[in-house]
Amino acid sequence: MATSVPTSSRRKTGRRSPLASVALLLIGLLATGGAYAAFTTSASASTPASEQAQVSEGKKLFEANCATCHGLGAVGTAGVAPSLVGVGPAAVDFQVGTGRMPMAASGPQAEQKPTQFTNTQIAALAAYVGSLAPGPAIPSADSLKGGNVSTGAELFRVNCAMCHNVAGAGGALTEGKYAPPLTGVTAKHVYEAMVTGPQNMPVFNNLNITPKDKAAIVAYLQYLDSHPSPGGLDLGNLGPVSEGLFVWIFALGAIVVVTIWLTAKPN
Amino acid sequence: MRVTNWAANYIDERTGMSGLVKELGRKIFPDHWSYMLGEVALYSFIVILLSGTFLTFFFQASMAETVYHGSYAPLEGIKMSSALSSTLHISFDVRGGLLLRQIHHWAALLFVASIGLHMLRIFFTGAFRKPREINWIVGFTLFVLAMAEGFTGYSLPDDLLSGNGLRIIYGMVEGVPVVGTWIDFLLFGGEFPGDAIVGRLYTLHILLLPAAVVAAIGIHLVLLVVNKHTQFAGPGRTEKNVVGVPIMPVFAAKAGGFFFIVFGVIAVVAATVTINPIWDYGPYDPSPISAGTQPDWYIGFADGALRLVPPGWEFMIGPYTVSLNILIPIIVLVMFLVVVGAYPFFEAWITGDQREHHMTDRPRNAPVRTAIGAAGVTFYAALWAAASSDILATHFKMSVEWVTHIIQFALIVGPFIAYFLAKRICLGLQKKDREIALHGFESGRIVRLPGGEYIEVHRQLSEYERWRLLTYDDYQPLMLRPNERGRITNAARLRARMSRWFFEDRIAPVTKGELEASHQHGGH
Amino acid sequence: MPVGTAVVLPDSEQIQNPGFPPYRPRVSDLDPKKARSNERRIALLFAASMVGSVFAIVAYIVFPINANDPGSIRLNNLFLGLGIALSLLGIGIAAVHWSKALMEGHDLSEERHMTRGSEATRASAAEVFHLGNKESGFTRRKLVRNTLIASLALWPLPGIIIFRDLGPADQDANDVLRHTMWKAGTRLTKDPNGVPIKASDVTLGSVFHVIPEGLDDREDALEQKAKAAVLLMRLKPEDLHVSKGRENWNYHGIVAYSKICTHVGCPVALYEQQTHHLLCPCHQSQFDITHEAEVIFGPAKRPLPQLPITVDSEGYLVARSDFHEPVGPSFWERDHT
Repeated sequence: MATSVPTSSRRKTGRRSPLASVALLLIGLLATGGAYAAFTTSASASTPASEQAQVSEGKKLFEANCATCHGLGAVGTAGVAPSLVGVGPAAVDFQVGTGRMPMAASGPQAEQKPTQFTNTQIAALAAYVGSLAPGPAIPSADSLKGGNVSTGAELFRVNCAMCHNVAGAGGALTEGKYAPPLTGVTAKHVYEAMVTGPQNMPVFNNLNITPKDKAAIVAYLQYLDSHPSPGGLDLGNLGPVSEGLFVWIFALGAIVVVTIWLTAKPN
Repeated sequence: MRVTNWAANYIDERTGMSGLVKELGRKIFPDHWSYMLGEVALYSFIVILLSGTFLTFFFQASMAETVYHGSYAPLEGIKMSSALSSTLHISFDVRGGLLLRQIHHWAALLFVASIGLHMLRIFFTGAFRKPREINWIVGFTLFVLAMAEGFTGYSLPDDLLSGNGLRIIYGMVEGVPVVGTWIDFLLFGGEFPGDAIVGRLYTLHILLLPAAVVAAIGIHLVLLVVNKHTQFAGPGRTEKNVVGVPIMPVFAAKAGGFFFIVFGVIAVVAATVTINPIWDYGPYDPSPISAGTQPDWYIGFADGALRLVPPGWEFMIGPYTVSLNILIPIIVLVMFLVVVGAYPFFEAWITGDQREHHMTDRPRNAPVRTAIGAAGVTFYAALWAAASSDILATHFKMSVEWVTHIIQFALIVGPFIAYFLAKRICLGLQKKDREIALHGFESGRIVRLPGGEYIEVHRQLSEYERWRLLTYDDYQPLMLRPNERGRITNAARLRARMSRWFFEDRIAPVTKGELEASHQHGGH
Repeated sequence: MPVGTAVVLPDSEQIQNPGFPPYRPRVSDLDPKKARSNERRIALLFAASMVGSVFAIVAYIVFPINANDPGSIRLNNLFLGLGIALSLLGIGIAAVHWSKALMEGHDLSEERHMTRGSEATRASAAEVFHLGNKESGFTRRKLVRNTLIASLALWPLPGIIIFRDLGPADQDANDVLRHTMWKAGTRLTKDPNGVPIKASDVTLGSVFHVIPEGLDDREDALEQKAKAAVLLMRLKPEDLHVSKGRENWNYHGIVAYSKICTHVGCPVALYEQQTHHLLCPCHQSQFDITHEAEVIFGPAKRPLPQLPITVDSEGYLVARSDFHEPVGPSFWERDHT
């Protein structure tokens, strides 16, 4: 299976254009440069027979849980849900694994929720969608390891911080959409988000950010998660806004209480 | 004891200090919690000086490029300026360095916040009235200087957050007609970012501005001593005395102790809460930026003003560009500050009052002033809130566009609503005071009169309690009178109209006659 | 005493000030035992402060900073800070408690005087000025006075002039701000590592943060980057609304726009791949990439300048030319060439 070059055009809301397939073709042809890296990230280690069983299990799950919106055969429903042909197992693993799919209600964007499926079920769904057309694969555990923290931090600042905030605290986008906080997100899901570009997040293909650099970004986020701020509480890493509120409410508040005690007539 | 006597004698024979001690040692300082707010500002400034001095020993105000090799792994091998690299060194390699940095920054935020709260107290109690108008101006100058100190300091580490702050300043100055680009080139030594600005801001931050702040604090305190402190109305207190505790020893112990408490609170906060994590921001680079980029809180109102401008406020005069989307916010901010600074003179002109005032008003007893203050606070709050529109949006699950529109509306309409509400509340409270002064509190005790009638017993106030409620100035609108030459000028007309606006809705204080009548009535 | 024109209640109508209320004694005034226990409490607080100071010194030694261990910095900061805080708060609370519980508690009254000097003082002050004028002839010798004023007005000017070289002497701001590093044939490379980008690398939905080739070799790399930073993305060609004269500025739907906001210059870097909106995180200006980055929300007025691009013989993306207008915030003379 497949290259991790994304084909996000398919995930555009319901609209399918002939050019999307042209683009896909183009990408497929040109992906040779990234193919080596892509193949190394392939996660499929199972035998053909069990793979087949997994796909048919996934198909059943899909028809029961996803087909209402995404249509039988995952071809999408115009104006409701995009086609999933070619989004790859990584997209399924991310969307279902973070609870974003199945979507609860229509809103500016799909919210993260408790996952509704077991890991085996998610794997089956991913295998099914992956069987429809080539798409980005679920990264192997090895490909998530060994990144350089400082390279990752630099790449994170350039490519991610403008939406997700330098400390991964998240931020606002237009019209009620937002970039979610990245604290506590698993390495695999971070990686999958980069290769598949969920919702309005751009796709970072392997020619833009190489797999090694992606691992570096993952390493930086894990560094942030595992090292609490040296300065103490981080106030949600929201920067000067939370610092300003803190100083008015808690610091100045405490001091005002002191002034009242200071000037109250003693017993 | 012998040593102290000897030392006192030694100093007095060379300085004549005994006169000063005699003059100031038993000066009286009135007790009220809100009179301590200015001290919070003074003490946080002292903390800033102490901690800042420590930081200067390690900080290098240079934008020369260097490569970071220090304790913080995520920045290992990254190119940055010496300014950031030395700030990281302070934070991660100097024991206690991070603590002092955090003390310095938290104290700076507290410094400006306490000045703001102190100014609000002065405003709402009318303590800016004659003879204290000049001291209001000095204090106002301190507020502006404090903001300048804060912003220059915020910019020094040359991190991503502050660098983008400077980028915004550069862009704003570019928007100034005719001379904008020239001023930018002078300030930054050429194109943005250049290699000069951090060094220049450093000189301002540790030399020029602190000297100005110290000088202004000196004037502020001298005038405080000269004018003596104001006091709230109370039994025995008049315009001709000041009642409270003497500096030696009670006030000295309280104020001295309070310094340690303020410092202690800052130390607790700095020990437990991160401020300005420059290690997360990384070095300044014109290409990256962080979501939620904001200035420190006191510059927020300026940033908010920029955010609230609707699209399209820019036009051409011939070949020249006029950036109203930048000019209008600058003008609005300057006007706001000018109005704040000039308010005492404006009110003095309207009331025509040339007497000295040493009694602080309760805010309710000056309803229009309080209402103007409430309107001003609302206006400022709207600008301030706008600076965090994106964070409000994500935290209240709204779209950033809606947050912006709501705050735009609040900026225009909010002050009027606040004005109206505050004035009504003040008048209502005054009415209640009047009721209580005349008839006492409702005690909740019901008694049956011999005639069968049930009444609730009212507890009368003691004469001391009552006095607090009774005594305030009752102004009436100015009469429009012709001047010496028998003419009525337009200025006089305007003034009479303003005076009417200021004083037409008023609740008169209880008079002697009313009080006596109420008491004869049996006062239930 | 001047009263001004204020109309206030006549004195006869006012109620008499009742005078000072009687002193309410404190527990320490009444009960020597309570006073002694307060004394002990204050001493205890001072002792707590001493403990805090010693603790801070101990913490300085016991919690050193270890290289590459942010946790050690956290501990150093926490315990050193709490020790110092205890030493400060102990002194502060003790002193205040002392003043409240044990020091003389009666309110005192001090007389206030009018701020202005007495008539006699004012008269002598006026006399000083009068004498000064008489003895110097300040108003009489008009020529001396006027030349003095004129010379005083002129002497600060050199002090202002010497600040001219704060800014560069040889640069015309308008000229410098107008040009960037981009010129025909400059390759688009990835920020921060400078790897050139092939058209085929830019797949639909992706976004590249771009700097011109050779940026890192420049002495003035940051200044150049502040003007030349570019955002590169690929849209479906039919989604682009291309205006006349810009038909060949995109390459099969790959477009490059200046990343520097036309409002006050923050990097406009938040690209939404489905709506094709760009958002500036500083002041929320929004630009629509399908309509040549026109402003759809926020304080910015002008669209982001577009960098005309094409590919070279090896398939790498290159600029066709520099931007056709100055990038970044508006300035007065930006359209005046």
